[in-house]
Amino acid sequence: MIEVIELTVNGDRHRIGVPSHYTLLETLRYVLGYTGSKQGCDKGDCGSCTVLVDGVPTLSCILPVQEAVGHEVTTVEGLAGPDGPHALQDAFDICGAAQCGFCTPGVLIAAASLLRQTESPSRQEIKTALSGNLCRCTGYTKIYEAVELAARAAREGRKPSELVQR
Amino acid sequence: MLRLHPYRYHRPRELAGALELLKVHAGNVMPIAGGTDLMPNMKHRLFTPGHLVSLKGVEGLYGIEERDGEIWIGACESLTSVASAPLVKRYYPSLAFAASTIANPMIRNQGTIGGNLCLDTRCTYYNQTHFWRQALGFCLKRDGDVCHVVKGGTRCVAAHSADTPPVLITLGASADLASTEGTRTIGVEEFFTADGVWNTARKPHEVVTRVRLPKPPAGLRTSYQKLRERKSVDFPILSVALAVAMADTDTVASISLVVSGLGAKPRTIGQLDDIAAGRQLDAGIIEAVAEQAYRQCHPLANIIVDSDWRRAMVRVYVRRAFRDIQSKSEAAA
Repeated sequence: MIEVIELTVNGDRHRIGVPSHYTLLETLRYVLGYTGSKQGCDKGDCGSCTVLVDGVPTLSCILPVQEAVGHEVTTVEGLAGPDGPHALQDAFDICGAAQCGFCTPGVLIAAASLLRQTESPSRQEIKTALSGNLCRCTGYTKIYEAVELAARAAREGRKPSELVQR
Repeated sequence: MLRLHPYRYHRPRELAGALELLKVHAGNVMPIAGGTDLMPNMKHRLFTPGHLVSLKGVEGLYGIEERDGEIWIGACESLTSVASAPLVKRYYPSLAFAASTIANPMIRNQGTIGGNLCLDTRCTYYNQTHFWRQALGFCLKRDGDVCHVVKGGTRCVAAHSADTPPVLITLGASADLASTEGTRTIGVEEFFTADGVWNTARKPHEVVTRVRLPKPPAGLRTSYQKLRERKSVDFPILSVALAVAMADTDTVASISLVVSGLGAKPRTIGQLDDIAAGRQLDAGIIEAVAEQAYRQCHPLANIIVDSDWRRAMVRVYVRRAFRDIQSKSEAAA
């Protein structure tokens, strides 16, 4: 059955018809074309589908799309602003925190949520915040370093690229 | 990619409306709250209801508050809320801690305390895709009539794997259930049965509406310990909840110990008062309690982990729970 719903993604309102058994992830990827959020395990284990729903990190692969109606959805596409990439995106680039890149959208979203709550997260707080995002390439160290760099840049009101000599 | 089967999704605002929908579509409907357990299970075709009744929009299922000398937790409160609520942290630190260790941060944001109570049992031969299960041959928990864990077994031995119920049992908690026929209250200990196919007293048309906890006695010392393959994401393969009521600073009044993650029902370890009541909490008592727990627990191969090792870990994790209690009371002193 097709249901007509209204969904707000990255500030844009969409009025769309979706099969009533779609998850938020399927709707984002296959109805709206936001392919940034990844379909990994597709059962809530890996975190690659993580999006923000009203600012809260949420696994979109196990969220019935109806539960996102009336809430603000933010995907990785919504992180960058008009002035360029989000500090985290900049930092990930500088630190080499993305390798194959499949987990990266989910990691960025979880990290962005952490940085909104905490100005100076400790290494342990970063580990905990990202403990639902599996990465099989990096061994995590460069991801943690990138989050720390982005946090430092935000505290100093500068861009990560201004803090590091390349 | 794991596709869901077609269903209709209802999102009532009132509990009465939700209960009515569960009655009208009886046999072809399930309630859903956080969905962190049900959605993967539906993707594995373990459940294929034609209707889902969402409880997330029902206002009456929220709130963590003090009422009539008890603490009430609305069933739809997220595990993140339970882990961070000041009332829970103040009165029931082992519950807050248990909630804070469940799965991963996103699952805790989405999953609810009511859902954690109703978590389906888990088994290596059950939590798999339809394709996987078909290839091996279906089991008696779903679609088949044999057990792959116990050869010739006729009773499902899938494991109760939720983190909060063992703790709730040690705290003497109960749960409120509602249906179109009315409401009832049941102790969390009595809520669980030893049948792995459906291990709770909840009838399909019933909804858990709240968890109620009595105020803890002064000086209650609690701990929660769990064993799992990774420190995040994974379900416990052994969990130990402990509550020690003290008669005075050194003397034990009673011990409540629940071990789970092994069989279909959280196991309350019996005969502990004979060992510990009225005596000082020393290494001898701890070892005797750990031995008693070991004797009463018999894990089966419902996960691919050596069962003798998993059983040996019962002793180790009971000791750790006591050590945790001792170090906390030393820190407080």
